[in-house]
Amino acid sequence: MTRGYEISHLLAGAMLVTSFALLYQERIAAVLKTFAAQSITLALAVAWAASSQDRPELFITSLIALCLKGIVIPVALHRTVVKLGIHREVEKVVGVGIALLVGLALTGLAQALLLKVAQGTASHAREDLALALAIILLGFLMMIVRRNAVTQVVGFMSMENGLILAATGARGMPLVVEVSVAFSVLIALFVFAVFVFRIRERFDTIDIEALDRMRGDTR
Amino acid sequence: MTGDLVVQFLAQGAQMFLVLLIAPLAVGVVRRVKARLMRRRGAPLLQGYRDLAKLLRKESIVADSASWLFRAAPSLIFALTWVAAALVPSFASGLMFNWAADVVALVALLGAARALLALAGMDVGTSFGGIGSSREMMIATLAEPAMMLIVLTLAIAAGTTRLAGVADFFIAEPLAVRVSLALSLVALIIVALAENARIPVDNPVTHLELTMVHEAMILEYSGRHLALIEAASYLKLVLYLSLLICLFAPFGMAPATAGVSGWIVGLLVWSAKLLAGAALLGVWEVSIAKMRVFRLPGFLGVAFVFGFLAILLAFLTRGVIQ
Repeated sequence: MTRGYEISHLLAGAMLVTSFALLYQERIAAVLKTFAAQSITLALAVAWAASSQDRPELFITSLIALCLKGIVIPVALHRTVVKLGIHREVEKVVGVGIALLVGLALTGLAQALLLKVAQGTASHAREDLALALAIILLGFLMMIVRRNAVTQVVGFMSMENGLILAATGARGMPLVVEVSVAFSVLIALFVFAVFVFRIRERFDTIDIEALDRMRGDTR
Repeated sequence: MTGDLVVQFLAQGAQMFLVLLIAPLAVGVVRRVKARLMRRRGAPLLQGYRDLAKLLRKESIVADSASWLFRAAPSLIFALTWVAAALVPSFASGLMFNWAADVVALVALLGAARALLALAGMDVGTSFGGIGSSREMMIATLAEPAMMLIVLTLAIAAGTTRLAGVADFFIAEPLAVRVSLALSLVALIIVALAENARIPVDNPVTHLELTMVHEAMILEYSGRHLALIEAASYLKLVLYLSLLICLFAPFGMAPATAGVSGWIVGLLVWSAKLLAGAALLGVWEVSIAKMRVFRLPGFLGVAFVFGFLAILLAFLTRGVIQ
């Protein structure tokens, strides 16, 4: 049993590492590849949970994660990026070093919080939830520190990866909810894509700083 | 009882000379693997020994502006590195001086050697030496905190900073797949690459002034001084390989109570693991490119981040944060 938890923690830890890699990457193509790696790791983690905890319905979640977020969405985003001609360097609000340090602080925060909140529970559940919360917070951070709309979408998706990880760890979320969450994310992606194209048509760029002009803020 | 003591003493001495003997061979393996993968024939495996012998025979030329520090530094660097390399448990964990093989002491010994090397690089007053020293210190300031974090993670897991104790702990607890250990392994590999001036950080075979770090500092050395410094750098490679083996793959290491036969088995296993590690390093070096100097803080920052994450997770598993 403990071996099972160790492997699931290893996979969750690998997801946390890919979250940091997302913050570290400088090119959009690399960001998309890292995101695909994170989603595939998520699919593995969910599949491991399904087989080790004997919950076959989780295999469907795993399959959705693998197909949609591991393959379809990264490929679609990659095509968008190629079509927009922006696969150069990513503009960032703050430097990589600061982003990574803030990420570390957030991870520490997630763990300190979970230790306080989930004091009575078993240590493995605590660790799983702490890792998932850290991934969610890092997704937030990614949306904050990137100026480019596509990388913000990736940040949103990686946040959602963290949510699914938390849901599989907490043995609760029914399959219907999971499927609907997965599809709502897909729809959100379409909305994002439409927005990205509209922003680009209007401002000739997808750097969201350009929106400040629209709002009247000048820098 | 005294006979036992003599055997223990001999085993410790054997380890000291073993690392010295095997070091040029390990470097030879790395070079050979690289050459073969680039479809070159490569230098013979024993080239390291020949280089050292040749340098020892040659006259040592010292610049007019050199101070005593320039002459003293090679011997001191060699001595410090040798002591450090001899302390890392190789084939057996319970040798005579294993109480001294503390990771913190190891870091201190290597830090002292590096400080001497940087001072010697600046001593003659050439511009290359200064550049090399400044870059070396930049790398050191980034790599050393990461190294200390890794050390602390292992100390939390095993309850001791003694290398032999950590190795014993991991032998006793097989397949401890923990996230924090996986992270500290990656961090330690990055630190080892940086400290040994291997490829993404520094290229040991070029003398291109834009990129060189280690070579720039020792440019003014020749003859036996250079031989000592080269031998120290070979030893450092073996030290880090042994450290990685001892901390993350200690299987097959002879326990403290093993007699001579146990030591011989441990010795064979250790040599095989060391040569495998050297071959892997060669493959790694062929498959990636050297980084620009200005990207190094990012690369070493990754080691720091991983070390920090490892220690956070180690605390979390044990529930120590209040």
